[in-house]
Amino acid sequence: MRKREVKYAFVKTIPILFSYIFLGMAFGIVMYQAGFSFGWAVLTSIIVYSGAFQFVLVPFLAAGTSLITVALTAVAMNSRHIFYGLSFVEEFRSMGKRFPYMVFSLTDESFALNCSTEFPEDMDRKNIRFCMSLFCHIYWVCGTLFGSVMGQVIPFDFEGIDFCMTALFVTIFIDQWRTASSHVPAVIGLGTSVLFLILLGADNFILPALVLATAILIFYGKQTINKEEVLQDTADRNERNGHE
Amino acid sequence: MNNYEILLMILVPALVNICLRAVPFVFLGRKKEVGAGIRNVGDMLPAAIMATLVIYCIRSITVSGMTDNIMTLTSVAVTSLLHIWKKNTIISISGGTILYMVLVHIFG
Repeated sequence: MRKREVKYAFVKTIPILFSYIFLGMAFGIVMYQAGFSFGWAVLTSIIVYSGAFQFVLVPFLAAGTSLITVALTAVAMNSRHIFYGLSFVEEFRSMGKRFPYMVFSLTDESFALNCSTEFPEDMDRKNIRFCMSLFCHIYWVCGTLFGSVMGQVIPFDFEGIDFCMTALFVTIFIDQWRTASSHVPAVIGLGTSVLFLILLGADNFILPALVLATAILIFYGKQTINKEEVLQDTADRNERNGHE
Repeated sequence: MNNYEILLMILVPALVNICLRAVPFVFLGRKKEVGAGIRNVGDMLPAAIMATLVIYCIRSITVSGMTDNIMTLTSVAVTSLLHIWKKNTIISISGGTILYMVLVHIFG
């Protein structure tokens, strides 16, 4: 791994640096206030590594909720992650020893980064991918440690800092829109999300929206795919693999 | 609760998360290359998912009051305009977030 690959990865993760440090801190503070030492908070951020769910876990921990409830809540809140790997099956699998870590660390934000980053010709994109995912994880854990050790003595009002997540996804959405050859997938994603948000409400919409979007895209893909495209795609991929 | 119970309550969701994230890798591309169909969907999905994540972040607009919604939507609009205009991720994100934090501080 070369220094400039690490540096390139770091620059790409700066937007997430801010959000993860502050949200991680918020989680650490919540754990501290619920009476858990920083060891538990840090352990949770290292192995659970899942933003919103970790905040839901705190009252469960404090109340001693049953393991079944904890497990089912985790499934309900994080089942959207099932879809993230679909775009990286071959890419991550080709990363050898780093493959399990890439799968484990696939959060909303690292997924977004892995989708949106362009890789310079003269750098190894696998090194960059690995560094980006690792850095995000480190920010999250450091934020947690900081928050749980500092407890309530943090002087500044950070309310609203979580908006940087929203802003990150908005900028990536716009970037993708700009460079996409077809806007159909974005419009389908937007349409199914808004539809199920209205039908099912804020807590339950994301999974059905993603399932329906995927189903429509499979159907749409079958309609548009033709032999020429497949051949061209395979040729491109072979060429790319040849370069690595 | 003793330490052992706390540990279990952290380990179980950790395991659930790993399993969820591993689903596509367990079922696809293990023996041979993934097919053109899956690859095609995999290429199109990020755009759809990103749209879903944007909606996910602002999902509370269905239940929040008018003031909250105006603050959220204004900040999203400013982030978007900054990004369309300047094409710089750091500027767009910090601009939108600072605006939102100021709005929350004043009106929240």
